[in-house]
Amino acid sequence: MAEEAPEDGAVRTLPSLRRLSRALPFGRSHGRLGVSSSGRHIVPALCSQEKADPQKTAFLLRKAWTLYSVTPLYRFRRCRLRDYARLLGAFIAAEKQKGLAVEVGVELDIKVALSSLADLRGSELDQDALLVQHFTCLPLFLTHGPESYTSLVGSWFQKTFDCCFRRLAISPLNLSWMVAMWAGCKLDRAASAVELIFSVPCLAQPLDISYAIHPEDAKALWDTVQKTPGEITQEEVDVFMDCLYAHFHRHFKIHLSAAKLVKVSTAIASAHCDGIVKILHSQYLPGVLMLLTELAISQIQ
Amino acid sequence: MQRRRSSRARKQPLHAHHKSQNDLSAWQKGGTIHSEKSLQSHQSANDQKYDSEGESLEQALSYFEKVQDCAALKKKSVPQKHLDAVESTALKHGLPPEGFEILLNVVLSGKFADTVNIRLLKSLIPASVIPEDSVVKAVSWLCVSKCSGNVELLFLKWMITMFDFIDHKEQLHALYGIFFSFLQDERMCPYICHLLYLLTRKEHVKPFRIRRLLELQARMGMQSHLQALLSLYKLFCPEQVTITLPGKMKKWNAQLVIPASSANTNNLEEDREKKCLYLYSTNESFPLEQLHTFPQLLQNIHCLEFPSQMGSVITNPLLLHYMNCVRDESIYLRLYYWMGQMLQEECTWCMVNNPYEEEFKSFLQTVYKAECFLQEGFSACEEFLYKTLPLWDGFCCRSEVLGLLSWIPLSSFSDIKSYLYDPLAQLFFTSSIYFKCSVLESLKELLQNWLNCNAIQVDLESSSLNTTLSGLVNGVAELVHFVGWISTVGLRLENNSTLLLYFTLDFYETVCDMYLKYNLPLLIMLPAGVFYPALLSMDSVNLNQLCYIMYRYYNRYRTNLVAAKENELCKKQMLQFKFSDQTYKVYNQYIIAMVGCLWTSSAFQKDIHPQGLRMDDELLSKTAVKELKNSFNIVYHPAMMGYSIQFLQQLCPDDTTFNFRLIKGKKWNWYLEYLYTQGLKGLKVFIESSISRVSQDSWSKAGNVEA
Repeated sequence: MAEEAPEDGAVRTLPSLRRLSRALPFGRSHGRLGVSSSGRHIVPALCSQEKADPQKTAFLLRKAWTLYSVTPLYRFRRCRLRDYARLLGAFIAAEKQKGLAVEVGVELDIKVALSSLADLRGSELDQDALLVQHFTCLPLFLTHGPESYTSLVGSWFQKTFDCCFRRLAISPLNLSWMVAMWAGCKLDRAASAVELIFSVPCLAQPLDISYAIHPEDAKALWDTVQKTPGEITQEEVDVFMDCLYAHFHRHFKIHLSAAKLVKVSTAIASAHCDGIVKILHSQYLPGVLMLLTELAISQIQ
Repeated sequence: MQRRRSSRARKQPLHAHHKSQNDLSAWQKGGTIHSEKSLQSHQSANDQKYDSEGESLEQALSYFEKVQDCAALKKKSVPQKHLDAVESTALKHGLPPEGFEILLNVVLSGKFADTVNIRLLKSLIPASVIPEDSVVKAVSWLCVSKCSGNVELLFLKWMITMFDFIDHKEQLHALYGIFFSFLQDERMCPYICHLLYLLTRKEHVKPFRIRRLLELQARMGMQSHLQALLSLYKLFCPEQVTITLPGKMKKWNAQLVIPASSANTNNLEEDREKKCLYLYSTNESFPLEQLHTFPQLLQNIHCLEFPSQMGSVITNPLLLHYMNCVRDESIYLRLYYWMGQMLQEECTWCMVNNPYEEEFKSFLQTVYKAECFLQEGFSACEEFLYKTLPLWDGFCCRSEVLGLLSWIPLSSFSDIKSYLYDPLAQLFFTSSIYFKCSVLESLKELLQNWLNCNAIQVDLESSSLNTTLSGLVNGVAELVHFVGWISTVGLRLENNSTLLLYFTLDFYETVCDMYLKYNLPLLIMLPAGVFYPALLSMDSVNLNQLCYIMYRYYNRYRTNLVAAKENELCKKQMLQFKFSDQTYKVYNQYIIAMVGCLWTSSAFQKDIHPQGLRMDDELLSKTAVKELKNSFNIVYHPAMMGYSIQFLQQLCPDDTTFNFRLIKGKKWNWYLEYLYTQGLKGLKVFIESSISRVSQDSWSKAGNVEA
């Protein structure tokens, strides 16, 4: 986020409410997965990354994570993680027993550990986590576990760092992007099928359609569609999806394009439109997280 | 412990007493009785401000004091009159400050029976203040527990009740530890907690005290007095203790909850460094929960901190004031993020079946009120409007959305057309007349807000402002042209409705005053599509508005000419904002048309405007209407007919034929006066200013009108 130079005191007589976020010109991104005006999306991160240590990040895999977007955190210091853990622990304990005070730092039943996974941090130039004016932008929040704890942790973050949590829904458009990207990834071992689940609303009895495709077929299709390796355009995704729809229509005479795409599942990861993802492959973990981070950023703008 | 005699009223009599003791002659004169008498007479001679009641109070106080001095008295019976004196004075006037030490000593030293002590305690009502020393001494008595438990409790209750009357509190603060130690007494615990609540300052919050309270809590369970005290401790030192009071559970994420103003708990960094200084510094930030009045804000403005969640400021006018004074960008950013998320998440027309429309509406109202208070719009709000107007149905939360629209700030943002004007036009053309009127009103307020912002910038010569000024002029011009366009089309769609015309002309009332009132060098005329429907309107309100507007334009015109002559405008401006001849041309055409219609009865002849009223005689004769030429003057105009009829009725009450020809000459002037009394101020100023400009020929045509 660029900063504006401070103006003359004589010129500016009213406070700078209007200067808020003028650095981000309005209309830059409108919900598309980081798609720039030309429609091209650079996907370097989906190349397999060897540097991520699989053991440290193993706990992230094969769990259903619920996604939230988070606005920039105010006065979050990476060096204070231990203090934050203490405070959060005390907060949770206090919430659990409403009305009883809890001393911070004392042994509790609840243990909170905050740590930073260096492997996933990305480079300094990443737009994802810039420190601007006391703010730290960590836009993606993944949670797994009982809703009560999620709400406690979220509330604590909101109160302590003045941020805002929102469920991150994934639109059918973004889901189709995901399936196109992930289906086209190279995998060394046998992969599971590429599955798309549609729901047909407004019927007497709701209808769910599950469309499974052999992973190699899907990859082959994508390879014929994609023009430039490392780049994906909206047209290519549309063509890919249209091919799938056409194939389905030929066999079943159902226009899937009229139904709502609610879930996509590939060997790399699966994503549900309610904002629930499961990452299955450690190699592509950073790439998937970057994708989700971009999604979160577009929701907080 | 030394017992000080601090009672000042005693000095003289004591002195006299000593004197009399030392004075052998007095001693010889009559011993103690005489000296007592002289004591009393001395008192009554000196203390003339006391009435008889005061005297008896004095007697009572002196009695109590002396009773103390006497040693080894237990449960002595007290004369009723002294008790009555104390009680009655206390209830009527309150006790003087001197009395407190004496009485508190008496009560807490346990010399008398409980009934007496309780009566005395209940009478300890101050007339002005309670001296701190007396309370400190009383507390020292408490430590030795000479009196009964009930009296101790009553004393504590008394202290809590009279806390604000104690003149100084420094010593009491110093005794914090003593009070704290009383917590172990279970009966006293609730009252001590309350007292500590009143006394606690940041430096009193120590880990060992927190632990003590937690032990008590563990022993006694959840007690409201302990909870309250611990909450206060948490307020001062959130990093040491945390407590959540039971309350309503609301959904935690982004559900239109305006957070409560609570203190910022994210001060770990500062505390670390200041840990050593902590004990010695009295530098504390004023707790926001106690900020209730404007004087408090002024007194504590140097040590205020924003709440941990900035969203809470929008319902708090004091914090909004404070936000205006602080130049920290991060607070605006925090507010921006929070508000942006709230607006997006809960927007009811962007979500299917959102049951929270009422809450969203009230949230929008809160934001709007905050904007009105600050006289400025929020960025988050502006962006929300740009995103949501294309999706808006024009019905949901209508007045709130239109209200927020009026606070969109003017900027050099060039795409305002596509983000604001296009979706608004679409809604405007396809909506009811009431929506159209509301939009026009909201755009008028938008214009006024832009103009007001500019009016504050006084220095027109600063070079950096030239760009700003031209940006402002362009922005305003764009808005006015936009309104001109939609109102022209709107009037056609609504068949020149009076209501819509009213709102349109109301907008132009602001436009015509742009230079004179708001200092903006811009001159934009009404479009013909608004002017002619107004001129030929069926309603006098619209005609009156139009006259007023044309009069204001005339003023503007004249001022500009004068200013240009006298070179008031600086050269730069004149170069930049040279008004086109086209504008003046249009203005002249309008004036000719108006005067021709209303005054000189040459309605269809002189109007040379391309969209004007000029018609060939041939065409006019085909209408077969008699007396065409004066058909739109102030007597025959459809909007004015009502007035001319009423005027004729007053003029000739018996005549039922309504002979309009009677209105000429002197009666024409009367008619004019009559119109002015009917509230047609616009017409008045227009005629008075413009008609005198018209040549003498046309006056004579109007039918022997006297100047």
